[in-house]
Amino acid sequence: MKTIKRIIKAGFINFWRNKAVAIASVFVMTVTLFVVGSLILGASFLEGTLGHIKDRVDISVTFKTDVAEETILDLEKSLEQLAEVKTVEYTSPAQELESFRTRHADNALLIQSLDEVGNPFGARLSILAKDPSQYETVAKFLDNYNQNQGQGIVDQISFKKDIIDKLLSVIEASRKVGFIISVLLVVMSILVTFNTISLTIYTAREEISVMRLVGASNTYISGPFMIEGIVAGVISTFLAIIALYPMSLWVRNTTINVYGGIDMVAYYVSDFGRVFLSLLVSGIALGLISSFWATRKYLKV
Amino acid sequence: MIYFDKVSKIYFDDQAALNDVSFVVEPGEFVTVVGHSGAGKSTLLKMILAEEKPTSGNVFFESTDVHALSKRAIPGLRRRIGSVFQDFRLLPNKTAYENIAFTMEAAGRSDEEIQSDVPHVLDLVGLGDKIWHFPFELSGGERQRIAIARAIVNQPDLLIADEATGNLDPVNAAEIVEIFKKINDIGTTVILTTHNKDIVDSLGKRVITLDKGKVIRDDKSGHYAL
Repeated sequence: MKTIKRIIKAGFINFWRNKAVAIASVFVMTVTLFVVGSLILGASFLEGTLGHIKDRVDISVTFKTDVAEETILDLEKSLEQLAEVKTVEYTSPAQELESFRTRHADNALLIQSLDEVGNPFGARLSILAKDPSQYETVAKFLDNYNQNQGQGIVDQISFKKDIIDKLLSVIEASRKVGFIISVLLVVMSILVTFNTISLTIYTAREEISVMRLVGASNTYISGPFMIEGIVAGVISTFLAIIALYPMSLWVRNTTINVYGGIDMVAYYVSDFGRVFLSLLVSGIALGLISSFWATRKYLKV
Repeated sequence: MIYFDKVSKIYFDDQAALNDVSFVVEPGEFVTVVGHSGAGKSTLLKMILAEEKPTSGNVFFESTDVHALSKRAIPGLRRRIGSVFQDFRLLPNKTAYENIAFTMEAAGRSDEEIQSDVPHVLDLVGLGDKIWHFPFELSGGERQRIAIARAIVNQPDLLIADEATGNLDPVNAAEIVEIFKKINDIGTTVILTTHNKDIVDSLGKRVITLDKGKVIRDDKSGHYAL
C-alpha cells in the first residue's frame, strides 16, 4: 500500500518535472488517439450510410390488374413469414393511380388520357430484405409462387440485381479497404508512440541503473514510468476527443453540398461515450504497455 | 565479511579483467584497492554488487554466494551495501532530500523514518542547508557528499567507493576521505578504490594492489607502491 502510494506520487512528480519530454509523448499519443477516434467515427458513418442505402433497395412486384386483392394479401402474409424478409408494403391500384396523378399533375394531356382509360395500374408489393444478399432467395420464392398460380398473377418483378450486386461488392470492398487502412494506421501510430516513449525512457537509463544500484526492486523502478505513461494516455485522450469535434464540424461543412453531406457531428454526438471510452482504454494501454516494455530493457540484471 | 575465492573475469576478447583473485575482508576493516586504470578495481567492486558475474570462482557476502542469488534477491543484497562512485550517480530529477529518501523508500522504510533520518544524514555530511537543491545546483564536492549520505542512510554493513575522490579537488577529496574514516569508525566495513597516492599514504590502512587483474600485494598497513 505504502509502495503503491509512493509509486503513484513519484509518477506524477516525474511527469511534471520532465515536462518537455512528457509533452512530446502526449503530443504523439494525441495524434495516435485522434487517428483511432477518426477511424471509429468513420466506421460509424460507413455503417450508417450503408444501412441507409440498403433500406432503399427493394424488390417491387407489380400484379396484373385483374388479380383479386385477397390473393395479393395472401402472398404478402406468406412473404412476411420468410426469414429473409424484413418488411412488405402493399400499395393498392387506387393508391398507385393517386401517386401517378400527383407526380404528373402538370401534364394535362397525360391526366386526360388517364381519365379516358380508367385505372391501368395493378397493385404493387415492395419487399425489403434483411440483407441485400438475400434478394436472390426472395426472387426465387416469388417465381415459384407465380408459377403455382396457373396462368400467373405477376405482371412484372423489378429486381435490380445488377445494382444490388454492385452495391454488395462496393460494401465488401470498402469494408476490406477500410479495415486494412485502419490496421495500417493504427499499427503505425502505435509504433511511433512506442518509439517516443522508448526514447524518453532511454534518456532515463542512467537513472534506472542508479536506482538498481541503490537496491530498488524492479517494480519500484518501473512503476513510476508506467504511471507517467498512464497520465500521458489520459491527457492525450482528452486532447484527442476535443480535437475530434472541430474535425467533425469541418467534415460536415465541407461535404454539406455533396449528396446530403457527411454529418460527422451527429456521429460525434451519438457515439461520444463509446469513442471516449475506446480512446481512454487505448490511451492508457498504450502508455502502460510502452513504458513497461521500454523500462524492461534496462532492468535486466 | 567479503570473500573472493579464486575469482577470474575474462571478457570476450580473452582479456582477463581479474585473474585468480582471492582475499578476505573482515567486518569493520577499511581496505583500499589500488592499481592502474584497467587493473580490475572497478570490476572487483561490481562483482560485490552482483553487477558483473565472474567467469570462474565465487564471491561471498557473509555466507551467501552473491552470484547464486536470484534476480529478485539482488535488490536486498544491494540495500545492505552503500555505494559511492566517481561520477556521483545521483538522480538528476530529484532533490538532495528525494535522492536520499528514494533509497529509504526502496528499502521499504516508513515515512516517519524518512522524515527524521534524511535531514539528519545530510547534516552529517555538512549539507543540512542544501536539502532542497537539485544535483545540478550543487558543486562536485557537494554532490559527492549527497551520494555518501545516500550510501549510509540505510546503515549498510559495507560501504564501497569506486574512485569516489577522482573528480574532486584535493581539499574536497581529503574531506570525503575523512567522512569515510568516520563511517568506518562506527563499525561499517569500507572498501575504497583509488589511484591517489596521497590518500592511500595518509590512511595507513590495509592496501590491496592489483595489476593486470592479479593481486600483487596485500599489506596490512600499506602505502601506495606501483
